Order: sequence, then C-alpha cells, then structure tokens
Amino acid sequence: MAFATALKCRECGREYPTDPLNVCEFCFGPLEVKYDYEAIGKTISRDRIQNGPLTMWRYEDLLPVDAANAVDLQTGFTPLIKATNLGRILGLDHLYIKNDAVNPTNSFKDRVVSVAATKAMEYEFKTLACASTGNLAGSVAAHAAKAGMSSYIFIPSDLERGKVVGAAIYGPTVVAIDGSYDDVNRLCSELADTYPWAFVNINMRPYYAEGSKTLGYEVAEQLGWQAPAHCVVPSASGSMFTKIYKGLNEFEDLGLIPKVNTHMHMTQAEGCSPIAAAYEAGTTRVRPVKPNTIAKSLAIGNPADGYYSLKVIEDSHGDATIVPEEEVVEGIKLLAENEGIFTETAGGVVISGLKRLVERGAIKRDEVTVAYITGNGLKTIEAVEELVHPVHINPTMAAFHEQIPNP
Amino acid sequence: MAKLRVTFTFVGVQVQDPVIWQLSQKFAVKTNIRRADIKDDIGWVTLELEGEEEVLHQGIEWVRSTGTEVELVTGDVIG
Repeated sequence: MAFATALKCRECGREYPTDPLNVCEFCFGPLEVKYDYEAIGKTISRDRIQNGPLTMWRYEDLLPVDAANAVDLQTGFTPLIKATNLGRILGLDHLYIKNDAVNPTNSFKDRVVSVAATKAMEYEFKTLACASTGNLAGSVAAHAAKAGMSSYIFIPSDLERGKVVGAAIYGPTVVAIDGSYDDVNRLCSELADTYPWAFVNINMRPYYAEGSKTLGYEVAEQLGWQAPAHCVVPSASGSMFTKIYKGLNEFEDLGLIPKVNTHMHMTQAEGCSPIAAAYEAGTTRVRPVKPNTIAKSLAIGNPADGYYSLKVIEDSHGDATIVPEEEVVEGIKLLAENEGIFTETAGGVVISGLKRLVERGAIKRDEVTVAYITGNGLKTIEAVEELVHPVHINPTMAAFHEQIPNP
Repeated sequence: MAKLRVTFTFVGVQVQDPVIWQLSQKFAVKTNIRRADIKDDIGWVTLELEGEEEVLHQGIEWVRSTGTEVELVTGDVIG
C-alpha cells in the first residue's frame, strides 16, 4: 500500500489531497509528496526490502503509488560497479559507477516515468504525454505501451532521427514542433491545461520526481547499507539531484542506514549551467539561460528545482562544477576506455566533472565516491562518431598484415 | 480564454518600471500576482495571465521586448 498522505507546497506549506496537481493554487509554488513516515517506519526493514523484487519497486513503501499496480518494465536495481581502472587513473581507491544506462529504455527516466505512469493509471487517465529531447520520450512511449495507454510525445522539430525512432517505435503520436525550446515548453503547459492527459512532468510531476529517490536507496543498499561520502550527479532541472539526497536522508531517518555525511556534487555542461553558475555567484536565485550544449539531455535553461538543488549543495557541503563543452567527449572516452561503459553526453559531463573535483582536492583518495551514469551512449552517437576511424582492408591476409604489422 | 502562470524577472533599473500595469493597459490581459520578491537591483513576480491565446502571446512578447525575463512557473517541462 502507499503511504503518501498529501501534496504539500514547498513554499507556503499548504496541503492538498493527492490529486494530479503540480503547483500550489495559492502561491504557485511547487508541490511535493508528503508521507506518513511513522507508519512507514513500522513496516519497512532491510529484510523486507531485500526480499522484494530486483527492481526499483523493492522500495515501494517510499513511493507514492500502490506497487501492486505498478507499470513496470523491470526498471532499477541497476549495477553499482567498482571502477578500479578509472579510480586508479583519477586517484580514487573507492570509486563506484552507478550504471543507470541499463534500464529498459536505457536511461534513468524509466524510474520517474514508471511512478508517473502508475499514478496516471490510478487516476484513470487514458493518455500519457511529455515534452522531450530524447530520453523522456522513449520512456513515456514505452510505459504507455506497457500500460495500454495512448501517448503523445512533443519534440523539437530538429531532434536527431535516432531519438525520434527510439520513441516512435512504441507507437505514440509524435508531434514535432517548429520552434524554440521555449515554444515547446509553453505549448505543452497550455496543452496540459486543456486536455485530460497525464503529462508526466507537469500534472504528474510531484509523483514522477519521487521515482529518482530510488537512485539514492539503491546506492545505499548496494554499498552494504551505508551512504557514500560523495555523489557526483548530472543536473538538468535539478530534480534528480535533490531526490537522491532525499532518498539517502529518508533511509537514515528510518534507521536503515547510519548517519548520512554525503557531499552532493552537481555537474553541468558549460553550455547550460544555470544552477552551477548561481552556485559560483554565491546566490540562490537561478537566472535562466538559453541552452547551447552537446549534453542535450541536460539542456534545461530554466530549471524547476534550481533553488532546491542549491539548498542541497549547502546542506550537504557539496558543490557544483561547470564542465567545458570540449571535455564532455573526453569524459565519455575516459569511462568507455577504462570501464567498458558507453555513456551519453550527460555521463561525459559527470566523469569530466569528477576528474576536476579530484584535481581540486574536493574528493580524497580513500573516500567512497559514486558517479551517476544516467543514459546510454548509443543515444548520442553524433557526439562521438568523429572519434571512430576503422582500418579498411581487402579480405586478404596480406592486406591485414600491411595495415596491422604487429597484431 | 487561455491562462499562463509565469514569473517575470526584472534586472537593474527595470525594477522600477511599471511593466505589469503597462501589460494590462496595452493588451487585454488580466494579471493576478501571487508571489514576489523585489530588491534594489533585481526582482521577480510570479503571476497568472489570462486572455485570448493570441493576445496573451503578444503580451508576453511585449514584456520580453522590455528586457524582462518571462519564464513558466513550472520551469522548463521538456526533459
């Protein structure tokens, strides 16, 4: 059963029933799910979690939906890999990669969409919808297919063909919008007000966002029921960054892990770094930017959770790192060539950001560090295809030896 | 009639300009303020705008032309 009791405004504290709402009707502040933690505490235990499914739904007590009806593609409980090779290069003895690129549609978005789709079914919505530059589109379309819902996917008309196919294959209505990201955002907000659809990150957003907490729970459980010293996380809206920290703190509050002393490190690419720029400027007021980055899955110019991310950085004594665009691909290569994990551009931002953190002494050699890889490299082939130079030969031994003299 | 919930951000001398009043004078747009924080050199106002869709969009474009930043209260919803 679900222990969610209400939606609560993060600004004025007003409470609402657990309806499909995303902003406070009074002050337009964002709403967050409120839980009955006392009741959860009487139910949850390490044993109960360990006996649950090998998916994100093993943490059902801390999710705002009834897991018995979950729209589930077997998302989550992704590998936490000890990165010994990369750790040696960077100078870290306890570096781990949380490889969330191996989710059913190859990104962490399956966690949030699984919760949103389940909630949408509870509300008896018939249609799931989103605006997307790639990862979210595929996940929404796949979950709608699994749930037997129809789906609408709104994309910028210049989106790469591979990403369009990656969503369209599941059978949604794909609508390509001729306009800027601003235009796509505005139109989708208007559509969400007009049609009785479950827009996963609009009217489902409070529930949707909670799915990212499982990235905190899993890492703590996989580290033997303890929080890491450092989390290095990519950020777009900042939602996942705040929810990982919330997840770790919920585990501590429920007595499942010892005290959390995790430093939360945000990484953003230079071409879209509004939250990190606010951090560097020493302000909590995030100024929107026009995204211009190869890390398209991080291209949120007006981040909804920017302010709350900065509070997490402050609370956790973490920081934010801006990664130059030219270092994004270097990060992708570093991870691929040393750990055999091919990540999309957001992962390149994380690895290059991690390198900078170690170089400036923010992370020490003996501290347990987790780098979050949230999407698969096959989604952003265009970013790295120039690096690939196969040796061409005729099908003869002589030709092979000519090109490869010392195999 | 269409509604949009937005945040206007004013920077520098703009903080002193009556942009919201001018918007309602120039366009048939109803403005309904819910939250605000105004300092000497920067200020923001969260409000709901209501009007015919085309007029609403024209009004927002005019606000932007004054140098005021206009963003949805939900933040970007594209993901």
